[in-house]
Amino acid sequence: MTPEFIAGILTVAAPLLLAAMGGVVSERSGVVNIALEGTMLASAFAFTAVTHAFEPVGPDGRHLVDAAGAWVPFAGVAAGLACGVLVSLLHALVCIRVGANQVVSGIAINILAVGATQFACTLVFESSSNSARVASLPRWGLGAFTFTPAAWASFVAVPVVTLLLFRTVFGLRLRAVGENPDAAETLGVRPGAIRTAALALSGALAGLGGVVLAADVSQFVQNMTAGRGYIALAAVIFGKWNPWGAAAACLLFAAAEKAQVPLQGKIPPQLAQSLPYLLTILVLAGFVGRARAPAALGKPHESSR
Amino acid sequence: MAAAVEMVGIEKRFPRVVANVGVNLVVEEGEIHALAGENGAGKSTLMKILCGLHAPDAGVVRIFGREVTDFRPAAAIAAGIGMVHQHFMQVPTLTVAENVVLGEEPRRGPFFDRRRAEERVAELGSRFGLPVDPRARIEDLPVGLQQRVEILKVLARGARVLILDEPTAVLTPQESESLYATLRSLKSQGRTVIFISHKLREVRAAADRLTVLRRGRTVGTVPIGEVDEAKIAEMMIGRPVLFEIEKTPAAPAGAVLEVRDLAGGRLRGVTFDVRAGEIVGVAGVEGNGQSELVEILSGLRQAGSGTARLRGRELSRAGPAAWFEAGLGVIPEDRNLRGLIGEMSVADNLILGRHRQPRYSRAGIVAGAARDADAAGLVERFDIRPADPRAEAESLSGGNRQKVVVARELSRVPGLLVAAHPTRGVDVGAIEFIHRSILAERARGAAVLLVSSELPEILALADRILVLCGGAIAGEVRGAEATERGLGVLMTGGAPA
Repeated sequence: MTPEFIAGILTVAAPLLLAAMGGVVSERSGVVNIALEGTMLASAFAFTAVTHAFEPVGPDGRHLVDAAGAWVPFAGVAAGLACGVLVSLLHALVCIRVGANQVVSGIAINILAVGATQFACTLVFESSSNSARVASLPRWGLGAFTFTPAAWASFVAVPVVTLLLFRTVFGLRLRAVGENPDAAETLGVRPGAIRTAALALSGALAGLGGVVLAADVSQFVQNMTAGRGYIALAAVIFGKWNPWGAAAACLLFAAAEKAQVPLQGKIPPQLAQSLPYLLTILVLAGFVGRARAPAALGKPHESSR
Repeated sequence: MAAAVEMVGIEKRFPRVVANVGVNLVVEEGEIHALAGENGAGKSTLMKILCGLHAPDAGVVRIFGREVTDFRPAAAIAAGIGMVHQHFMQVPTLTVAENVVLGEEPRRGPFFDRRRAEERVAELGSRFGLPVDPRARIEDLPVGLQQRVEILKVLARGARVLILDEPTAVLTPQESESLYATLRSLKSQGRTVIFISHKLREVRAAADRLTVLRRGRTVGTVPIGEVDEAKIAEMMIGRPVLFEIEKTPAAPAGAVLEVRDLAGGRLRGVTFDVRAGEIVGVAGVEGNGQSELVEILSGLRQAGSGTARLRGRELSRAGPAAWFEAGLGVIPEDRNLRGLIGEMSVADNLILGRHRQPRYSRAGIVAGAARDADAAGLVERFDIRPADPRAEAESLSGGNRQKVVVARELSRVPGLLVAAHPTRGVDVGAIEFIHRSILAERARGAAVLLVSSELPEILALADRILVLCGGAIAGEVRGAEATERGLGVLMTGGAPA
């Protein structure tokens, strides 16, 4: 285990961690958030496009990527966060206000995100497959452990979300709404408002996860999330809806993904690529045991009035 | 002085039903006021209006003389109303303290101040004589303590009027006694109590005054000293109720069910017969093998040893289909779990288990016309309300759900009827109806096995009574000679008197 190998695992884990924390927050409030995938993808694009838009343009019309001010990619980060919140609020509108099926809404958002980012990519970058290279976020840290600020944020997100859920008044209400919204409502807590706030936060976290992905390569690539939102959602379930548990599951995924690289060439590539998923199934079957979901998960709350 | 609660001319309509039409209710400060009525009479709707969960379509609500204009839970709480719901409004995974303070949590900055919440709950518990461990998780507590938490929760919000919806439905007799004591102590501290009930004994035992609702209207309000149980029942149903059911002597014929050394789970070897045309009662404290007996006799559990013959066929290890084919009808212990499928219509529930018969389906396609015609007939014959076979079973009251189960099982024309707690949680009118139906089965010549924890029910119906204790038959008593005391001694393991 070299430091480089561990840093590599953390790099792979960072976007998963953020999305998984978004998943924990949303699911603990009782809303299934399959839309994590689409949220990440949309935010990855928003980061790229807005960073691109603030880059200085030379006399020939070309973007002077390396002459961009240090603040430019941070404007992209802000855009990624905002985009995540907006996509999540769309999910909230459909599932909380209208009371539609949460899984269907999530899938619709994911499909929409793939098409919308491709279309917008064509408009902005004149290519549907990938964007131009954009200004990079700085890398902070020591030795092998240098990451973008967005990736650092993902490591901080785990304890912060834990504190939020288990030590704050908002967290208490959020968990109560996820277990028994009727009970919460009789006590004057508004389940719809709590769930909307939880989704907004979930969107910001997943959105930042998308930003980490795009910032790592300083560009947007078509469908670059490649199922990471779903993996994060799976991590939430493997982690029994607990932030630390979900984080451990994300690290396991990331480790399995890094471990397959040295194995390539020794075993069939298909087998190597499926290693993270096989490992997950084994861990699930062997160690995790029965998990109990929030009791009101997936059930739209109808106010009795 | 103004009354604690005054509700005048209340009306509330829902898309399919009218729940309240012109209801009046006056509750004086510092009294224990019972609100009685059959299932579906509109009691719960009325109370939900009072605690701000519904807004009335018409009518005036005054709380301590002040007219209510804002029908929201928060406003009702602020006015001093606190409701203890029948299905507890709790978050089972949270602690007692967290449940009690939810919605008005003590804070330290943005953080939840757990210590202060726990202190507050402990202090409240000792002030009102309702001790409970603030750190215990709700899901680990027995039902009686969960209810205590619910009461603490409304007291914590400064409730001066406590509403309890069917508070004893889930309690053991001892827990009920302790609840009455709690209510009296709350009254002595100046609180007003409204409790909803359809149990006549309980209304008489605990209340000062009584208001009766029937089909969404107020029948009247009376001081409890002026009415007896028969009068209350008459107010609830609208006609005199016969508590003593007339019973002709049994004329038993050959044995229909022959049970020999049957054991399984807590059941440790029982032997008995049930003959055609007789009702055999099984009495006992719950958990002494009754559930296992019923499960084996309906094919839900395989017997560990012994035999059970229905009309000569050995079925102790057979599944439900074989039992039904041999002529079983069963009213299961838990109607919501095993008697009905809540999301399906009454008509579909009525043909469950017979849906493959040629009358109800051909080549896998349900014959809707036959089903609907038969359902309409059963709904009328068993007086199932609302009289709409398309209604979801879940939308019916407990008593009417049980009537659906009874209707389905009796329409099989069973040779053996196994009835487990057939009137549990059912109101007086439906109890009378179900008892009559069971007696009619006996008169037709069916063998009936009646398992019940209500001794009056067993005494009223059974021709012979078997007492289960520790999984074995502790004694057999002839119905005419049995007394509650005598059975009680056998049930608790004493020698027969």
